[in-house]
Amino acid sequence: MLKFIKSIKEVISVKSTSVYLRGVRNGLPVFFGYLAVSFSFGILARGLKLDPAGIVLMSALNFTSAGQFAAIGSIAAGAGYIELALTQLVINLRYCLMSSALSQKISDKAPFFHRLFMAFGNTDEVFALAVSYGGELTPAYFYGLMTAALPGWVSGTALGVISGSILPARLLSALGIALYAMFIAIIIPPARKNRTVAGIVGASMAASFLFSALPVIKNISSGFKIIILTVLISAVAAVFFPVETEEKNEN
Amino acid sequence: MKTNIYICVAVMAAVTYFIRALPLVAIRGRIKSRFFKSFLHYVPFVTLAVMVFPGVLSSTGGFISALIGFLVAVAVSLLGASLPIVSILSVISVFITELFI
Repeated sequence: MLKFIKSIKEVISVKSTSVYLRGVRNGLPVFFGYLAVSFSFGILARGLKLDPAGIVLMSALNFTSAGQFAAIGSIAAGAGYIELALTQLVINLRYCLMSSALSQKISDKAPFFHRLFMAFGNTDEVFALAVSYGGELTPAYFYGLMTAALPGWVSGTALGVISGSILPARLLSALGIALYAMFIAIIIPPARKNRTVAGIVGASMAASFLFSALPVIKNISSGFKIIILTVLISAVAAVFFPVETEEKNEN
Repeated sequence: MKTNIYICVAVMAAVTYFIRALPLVAIRGRIKSRFFKSFLHYVPFVTLAVMVFPGVLSSTGGFISALIGFLVAVAVSLLGASLPIVSILSVISVFITELFI
């Protein structure tokens, strides 16, 4: 009997190890993308004369691009703690939507405490990879993604702070598109298979473009823009194109 | 008032973690409402599409290289390439374009 339990345990751990490693592998583009983005973040923050250890710690504990870029400007300008907290709330509120969507993707069998750790790693990119994972999402896969992403973000920041010029500017500029290309690779294949999704992707891009070009509206912060358009377009789509249960299992 | 960067970092981290953790803690089961299920199904596509465009056009050193990188990424994904391949080819196309500009 004991032998039997032991062998089951082995099977489970082998399975979750391979799932974990698959997460690490799929997360590699994020590692390199983050390295480039956080490298420029490190250079920028150091240019504002912020404390080097504080900058690296910010990347390690916050793990969010837009929020951190906004924060270093405010901190250098001497903004108060409350202002800082409110800015972060607005810019990062989109994570609330992402975590809600993630909550529906996590396997029922996963113990609750995993959610507390997964929450920390739910960045735009990790989220994008996690929701595009076929089938139910296990914590092991998510941790694999985090294992690839977080070191990229933190070490890139540290490199930027220390050096300022390890990577040639040309390469850095080219790497700037890596994360966007990844998003494109995630949304295009489902859009190709499903007309509704294709229409929604096209409409979202068009609306986003209008928001950044129209007078007055273009002054809305990017954080608010993402929230407004996500809620609006997803709600309209949900009313007109409700998802069937069978269809959801497919995705 | 001079703020302490370590307190700033702690404040930011607390707010950001709270936003990320709240829905994961609050929504434990499967949502039954057809509307909310559909809504959350569409959220990733809309959020990512909004973040990609037009932001991608200012992600590199210049508009033209970014546009080419964007078009390459779309074309290669339409052809069914895997995620790392799309990312790498897009980066290479930007790099090559910028050599000529």
